[in-house]
Amino acid sequence: MDFSRNCLDVLNSLLGAGACRDRRGSVGLPFGRLALAGMAFVLAACSGPGGVRDAVILADDPAPRLSDYGLFSDVSAREPAQGVLPYDLVNALFSDHAAKHRAVYVPKGMAAAYQETGVMDFPVGSVLIKTFAFAPDMREPAKDERYVETRLLIHKADGWVAYPYVWNAEGTEAVYSPVGDKQVIKTISPDGEALTINYSAPNRNQCKECHSLGDDFVPIGPTARNLNHVGPQGVAQLADWEARGILTGLPAVAAAAHSIRSDAPIEDRARAWLDINCAHCHRAGGGASNSGLFLAWNETNPTGWGVHKRPTAAGRGSGDNLFVIEPGHPDESILLHRIESVEPGVAMPELGRSLIDPVGIALVRDWIASMPPVEP
Amino acid sequence: MRSILAAVSVLALAAACSPTEPAKPAALAPSATAYADLQKLLIEARPGDTIEIGEGRFDFTDGLSLTVDGVTIKGAGQDKTFISFKGQTGAGEGLLITSDNVTVTGFTMEDPKGDGIKSKGADNITYKDLKVIWTGGPLTTNGAYGVYPVESKNVLIDGVTVSGASDAGIYVGQSDNIIVRNSRAEYNVAGIEIENSTNADVHDNVATHNAGGILVFDLPDLPKIGGHSTRIFNNQVVANDTPNFAPPGNIVANVPTGAGVMLMANQNVHVFNNTFDKNQTTHVLIYGYSFEFKDARYNPLPRDFVIRDNTYGEGGNNPQGRLAPLAPALGGSLPAIVWDGVTTYNGKTEEVRIVIREKPEVGFINLGLGVTPIDLTKANPSTTRLPDFEIAEPPAIVLPQDKPAAAKEGT
Repeated sequence: MDFSRNCLDVLNSLLGAGACRDRRGSVGLPFGRLALAGMAFVLAACSGPGGVRDAVILADDPAPRLSDYGLFSDVSAREPAQGVLPYDLVNALFSDHAAKHRAVYVPKGMAAAYQETGVMDFPVGSVLIKTFAFAPDMREPAKDERYVETRLLIHKADGWVAYPYVWNAEGTEAVYSPVGDKQVIKTISPDGEALTINYSAPNRNQCKECHSLGDDFVPIGPTARNLNHVGPQGVAQLADWEARGILTGLPAVAAAAHSIRSDAPIEDRARAWLDINCAHCHRAGGGASNSGLFLAWNETNPTGWGVHKRPTAAGRGSGDNLFVIEPGHPDESILLHRIESVEPGVAMPELGRSLIDPVGIALVRDWIASMPPVEP
Repeated sequence: MRSILAAVSVLALAAACSPTEPAKPAALAPSATAYADLQKLLIEARPGDTIEIGEGRFDFTDGLSLTVDGVTIKGAGQDKTFISFKGQTGAGEGLLITSDNVTVTGFTMEDPKGDGIKSKGADNITYKDLKVIWTGGPLTTNGAYGVYPVESKNVLIDGVTVSGASDAGIYVGQSDNIIVRNSRAEYNVAGIEIENSTNADVHDNVATHNAGGILVFDLPDLPKIGGHSTRIFNNQVVANDTPNFAPPGNIVANVPTGAGVMLMANQNVHVFNNTFDKNQTTHVLIYGYSFEFKDARYNPLPRDFVIRDNTYGEGGNNPQGRLAPLAPALGGSLPAIVWDGVTTYNGKTEEVRIVIREKPEVGFINLGLGVTPIDLTKANPSTTRLPDFEIAEPPAIVLPQDKPAAAKEGT
């Protein structure tokens, strides 16, 4: 007998209400009628693949445990529940070499609207899930991988919120941690270097530092450009989202970011790296808007992205250099100095890393070196 | 025995019947979990809350942040509550505020690795009776700004002391409607700086032992440019003599050691009723932006300035910085008021109204440099004051968070 069907019958009799299956086959229930505790009891009693709990997602307050949302069907969050779809990005923010596992949930019957620039317009009730993980040796990231934290971005009725969940050492539960977490992680980098990482899970306010745009809280990663490649499903990601019914309005030709690991021209790769690592703050309306240094891929003014731009509030972050970018001279450029630092007050980005990103540093160094020097 | 029982039951009844209003939470005390406890209070605060930090020493290794509107963060007093960031390993400032209608007051912050207290896009912000100090004195490795409101409307800084900032002690940037008063800035590169901002009153402050005392700047390539309408009055701008220790590259690295008030670009700035003494480069330095720029929105000239009715002691006796090479030809010293004489940029020449309404014995020099970027070999000094004009003084700044209590209650 189909267990979930059986469970559904039990629920039906308990609730006296009809449950339905949506087009993706997941179970939908009229949770709105139930108090959360009662619902949790009923679902716990079923102990089967209960599926995603929309009422928990849309509740006023964060659930105490990650498992309360039903986004995964196992306690270790390796198996996405029905309707939860793993995805990845062309380029990702550097976070101390952490592996990141992303998944998206769009409520049944709804879809995100394609956006040419900016993040897909996800409907209320959507969840973006990102788990940060380390293996003992990041040259083999899948071997003995341990989850550290899972961040949920939830589109509530009145906007997006960020809820950080920190995993226990056994990897059996992640607990809501609004004040963040610090832990020491020992691993070996993808380049074979032994690392001791002072890893910080952000507190809820720190989430906002990167995710603010004006007075709004917004996701950063899932833009068309950054989704437009073959994802973890092994197929073209945007077309797959459209075929699954969670994305509408996909044009015939969607924009795609230059992968920082491709053989695209150095300027394109370096600016793609700056876009995903810096532009969430360094854009109009972002956390670093007052600097006037705008590092998004589509900034058109060279002074805006730093060429012969004098620093605004860099303090000792200037490293005694006069300009953000001194063309042809990476070691006289504040931009490189700050991404090469791990010192608070100098290091950029300010949050999310305690180590330097050798890939990004090489890209920015080569890019600045490739620029023709300014005539004296 | 019976009476005791009765008393107990009366107490129990009273407790049961008391209103449900929760007891006022105790002020946060120093403890091993104080950072997490305080940050949790800041995250979970509701508008109208006051978060109290108790007496004692708090050693924090990460920055604090507030994103909730209408919150007051209150210490037990500047000389009772000390928050040290000497061991800071994360974040770019000690405290970051991004919400509106916030007051911070009553503590001393020590040794933040980056900026001290930054408020960004935070309207109606009040900094009152607090200190931000770098305890090692003026060092290039200190953080840039002590208090740092930026991109905000209605900024009040009152009774604040900042010491040791490697850029500006009290800095207000890209903001509108500002009061800085009753404050003290010492041993910073710039004591008080109003930058790319509009409508500011800077009064009744002490700026001493900085490289530059009080600065009003306007810079290109920032989202908000076109600073105007600032009044600087009733300040003590005395003995600004700390050698400029700004890291090169920062705009304030160009401030000559011993500049009392330095005004760069900007429009409609009025400097009056201040006391100047012992500022070794000069007391009032008026300057065009002297670097190349491409920002088509930007005007690098100081326009419509009035310098009047100030008191001048000794000074200008040991000029420093970019203008120092001109001093020998001028007898080795600079007068009380110095203007670079720049009126032309990008091929455009403007009439620049610089009104000096001081006693005849107050010295003035127009260096006659003419064009920016400047070339010192083109100097053509003159001690003739420019013609007097009537330049309307901006009205006094009024802030919504600064109305007298009576007015607030409408009585």
